[in-house]
Amino acid sequence: MKTYTRKQRELKKNLVGWLLVAPSLAFMTCFTVWPIFRSIYLSLTKYRMGMAKPEWIGFENYMNLFQSSLFWKVMGNTLFFALITIVPSMVVGLFLATIVNRKSRLTGFVRTAYFYPVIMPMIAIASIWMFIYMAKNGLWDQFLVSLGRKPMNVLSSKKTVLPAMAVMYVWKEAGYLMVFFLSGIQSISEEVNEAARIDGAGSWTIFRRITLPLLAPTFLFVSTIALTNSFKLVDHVVIMTEGAPNNASTLLLYYIYQQGFTNFNYGVSSALTTVMLLLLMVVALPRFLSQDKKIHYN
Amino acid sequence: MKKRKTIGAMITIFAVLLGILWLIPLIWLIGTAFSVPSFHMTLFPTTSFTLDNIKYVWNAIPFGTYYINTLILVVCTFAVQFVTSTMAAYALGVLDFKGSALVFAVIFMQIIIPNDVLITPNFMTLSEMKLVDTKIGMMLPFYGSALAIFLLRQHFKSIPRALAEAARIDGATTWQTIWRVYMPCAKPAYLSFAVISVSYHWNNYLWPLIVTNSPANRTLTVGLAIFAKSKEANMQWANVCAAAFIIIIPLLLAFFVAQKQFMSSFVSAGIKE
Amino acid sequence: MRKKIALLTAASLLASVVALSGCGGGGAAPTQAAGGAEKTEAKAESADAGSDSKEALHLTFYYPVNVGGSAAQLIENLCNDFNAENPDIVVEPVYTGNYDDTVTKLQTAVQGGTPPEVFVSLATQRFTMASTGMAMPLDDLIAADPDGQEYIDDFLPGFMEDSYVDGQIYSIPFQRSTMVMFYNKDAFKEVGLDPEKPPTTWDEVVEYGQKLTNDNRYGVGLALNSGSAQWAFTGFCLQNSENGENLMTEDGKAVMFDTPGNIEALQFWLDLQNKYEIMAPGIVQWTDLPTQFLAGEVAMIYHTTGNMANISQNAEFEFGTCFLPGGKRQAAPTGGGNFYISNGLSEDRVQAAWKFIRFMTEPERAAQWSLDTGYVATRQTCFETDLMKNYYEELPQAKVAYEQIDIAKPELTTYNAAEIWRILNDNIQSAVVGDATPEEALKAAQEQATEVLAEYQ
Repeated sequence: MKTYTRKQRELKKNLVGWLLVAPSLAFMTCFTVWPIFRSIYLSLTKYRMGMAKPEWIGFENYMNLFQSSLFWKVMGNTLFFALITIVPSMVVGLFLATIVNRKSRLTGFVRTAYFYPVIMPMIAIASIWMFIYMAKNGLWDQFLVSLGRKPMNVLSSKKTVLPAMAVMYVWKEAGYLMVFFLSGIQSISEEVNEAARIDGAGSWTIFRRITLPLLAPTFLFVSTIALTNSFKLVDHVVIMTEGAPNNASTLLLYYIYQQGFTNFNYGVSSALTTVMLLLLMVVALPRFLSQDKKIHYN
Repeated sequence: MKKRKTIGAMITIFAVLLGILWLIPLIWLIGTAFSVPSFHMTLFPTTSFTLDNIKYVWNAIPFGTYYINTLILVVCTFAVQFVTSTMAAYALGVLDFKGSALVFAVIFMQIIIPNDVLITPNFMTLSEMKLVDTKIGMMLPFYGSALAIFLLRQHFKSIPRALAEAARIDGATTWQTIWRVYMPCAKPAYLSFAVISVSYHWNNYLWPLIVTNSPANRTLTVGLAIFAKSKEANMQWANVCAAAFIIIIPLLLAFFVAQKQFMSSFVSAGIKE
Repeated sequence: MRKKIALLTAASLLASVVALSGCGGGGAAPTQAAGGAEKTEAKAESADAGSDSKEALHLTFYYPVNVGGSAAQLIENLCNDFNAENPDIVVEPVYTGNYDDTVTKLQTAVQGGTPPEVFVSLATQRFTMASTGMAMPLDDLIAADPDGQEYIDDFLPGFMEDSYVDGQIYSIPFQRSTMVMFYNKDAFKEVGLDPEKPPTTWDEVVEYGQKLTNDNRYGVGLALNSGSAQWAFTGFCLQNSENGENLMTEDGKAVMFDTPGNIEALQFWLDLQNKYEIMAPGIVQWTDLPTQFLAGEVAMIYHTTGNMANISQNAEFEFGTCFLPGGKRQAAPTGGGNFYISNGLSEDRVQAAWKFIRFMTEPERAAQWSLDTGYVATRQTCFETDLMKNYYEELPQAKVAYEQIDIAKPELTTYNAAEIWRILNDNIQSAVVGDATPEEALKAAQEQATEVLAEYQ
């Protein structure tokens, strides 16, 4: 074996490093980095099915979008849906975590019951819930009728369609958030709780004064995950409503899909994608800022 | 003390009731899939037990092909991710090479921007590669996995350098060091990632929908969606429930058997994300 | 050591190159159908192994199924018959979901360079198919066929009418339907109406509907979901327009949504829901309506003849069918799918595709297809077959659809059909859920549609 100088060793290390990351980097560049720039470029062009080449039009796509009431409706829907899914699913998730954290023989059962929707495909869930929500003969309306109330046909009313979808989503997502809160709670040292208990604090006080503040990082983290997840949620719209009634349930990603793959209007679809990218970056900003240093230097 | 006990019991009862509420859609799904369809839905089946729904959808939808396609998708995707991510994680976690910050930037980008959002440009790339309606096309965007690299890197970093040094002194090459020292130590991370990757790709819908055209490549979720959206009339729900049952059952059973592993996998993937 | 590194380099570079090879190319994507594109391996694999002779031409055939019954199985059987009869051609049917899904899949297939040789899509898609270059004009094929002109002339004019783009034939009628009214005769008897005298005017719809509505049953049912509302709306507009004008010009370049007659028609729908309360409020799904009818929860429904088989097999009561009741006149929309051939195929594939279309539309076969599904048979000679005659004797309800073709007109058909449909549907829904008055809704629809169609003027 030959001996290498220090410089040669350094060079070799860098070379091997780059070679090892090359395949991953290539795939990620191709399907994450490149499409981001491509979206931005295409968003500045007119490009539909049947055109040989994109045609440069500057900011026209954005101008048209910003002037269209439909675009703002979709943005409103997306943010409203995020709000009404994230807050309840975090509250429910935290609540589930606290009850699951108790020592009881039934804990295993309830934990399974809360978590199983997480691993079911959204497509299957939406297909099933569509029937639960079906007008008149659906499970929910039948339940209302059995109480002597009028059927609601929740998916056909602009007021109830997104809340109804949100209920379904909270049902699916709460178990997922539960496990994060659970691991957060369990990482709080038992001694702290014990000390408080000796001081005469009740369970509720401990929860409010100790558990909640110590869970703050978990909250930050869970809320970004939940927000990102809610933005990329689209399967249920495809199955349940296709945006009806009158686009009351059209979410941004569904709108991207519709423009790109039903109308085959790539220019507009790319402009919408760019808007989505901005949205996601804003969401990720707090996490990026708080974790940036740790990751580079630890 | 007595008061505390009653409160405890009440919480337990409430937790169980809530658990049952959570199970209602599953109970209804299974009940409906195995009973004769009726005009009105009820929570519990009111008609007799039957296998007709399952038989009908099994014949109406080429589930056999879809199962195989989904399995191929899930296994191959994971296999490639396994290799590419191990290599990258070793480089980023152990080697500390020059310019790795650039790689981190790309990794961050993928973590912030989920693949689903980039369907339009990625579809164009795929069609230029002539890979529309192929299995490889469905998998390609997932071969470079930021999540896997991160998860493994975190584990690799916690492995003492001394172990690797010892191996190197014994004359082990880079491959051998990874194979003999790092991979065995990171088994829990691999397991976690396997659970995440498999359940993600088993359940994924939008991308396979866009990429596949023919039944020869369709996955289970795409098959179910086509069936659920077709305008077949007349008490469809029994059939859709049967089809959904066929699709969810493998993962659901796996979860019931290894629920602890599933939950901890989701936690570790999330926390380290 | 150096060797190892070289090996590593090679492996990594190879992987990277494979991944990156697709990224080049810049902005110029191949949007046009890439000629007689070589079939992917996946396709060849899945081809029918039974008739796998080496020279056999493999044709892919995309088809949607939109109605009840097991139409998908029937198509498979028909293709098998064709393959048995033509050992040199293998047609491989691919079920692509409902009509909307099929259009999406067609477009992604074209983008991917592997378009199906032959496909069924809505007749209303023909302008889009022509303008995007996805389908080819069939006139040369018809001219070259010894009995081509005869063949075309045999199709019912009501159906053949929506096959033309700028005077050229782009599609051949296949699974065609029209909207009829299905009504529950038992319910009619129950409330003292003559079950042989279904409503013929809007006023009668209201009158009968009021009698038929009770706590458990609505008098009238219409599906107002996206993709269905615009079809029914075409019917109501045809019934109420000044001189029987349709919603669009024949060249598919302009729409007339906001005429007084159309505003009245939309107002009539709202009145059925809100004023007379004889129709379920909100939006009832197309797929749910027949189920509600069969469950006795709605007494008269507007639905496709394509549901005939489903309803006649499952109805536990006596049911009747009739022409759509009229406002100023009786009229109905036609709808359904036609055969298209993809653009840019090699000559032998075009010939094979044409042969397949001729096979599928032979009178006996078209008649059988009508019997099995409830679609209206497309050719005059179909109605001379014993098959058809016996069928109408056994199930007189089915004949109504055929007779109605004389007063039927094509549904909304324009360039950028999917977008225009969506615009009309969204705005109809906005009136239904109370966001806008019928006039505001249709004015908005007119404005938005005109903007989309501006580039074709």
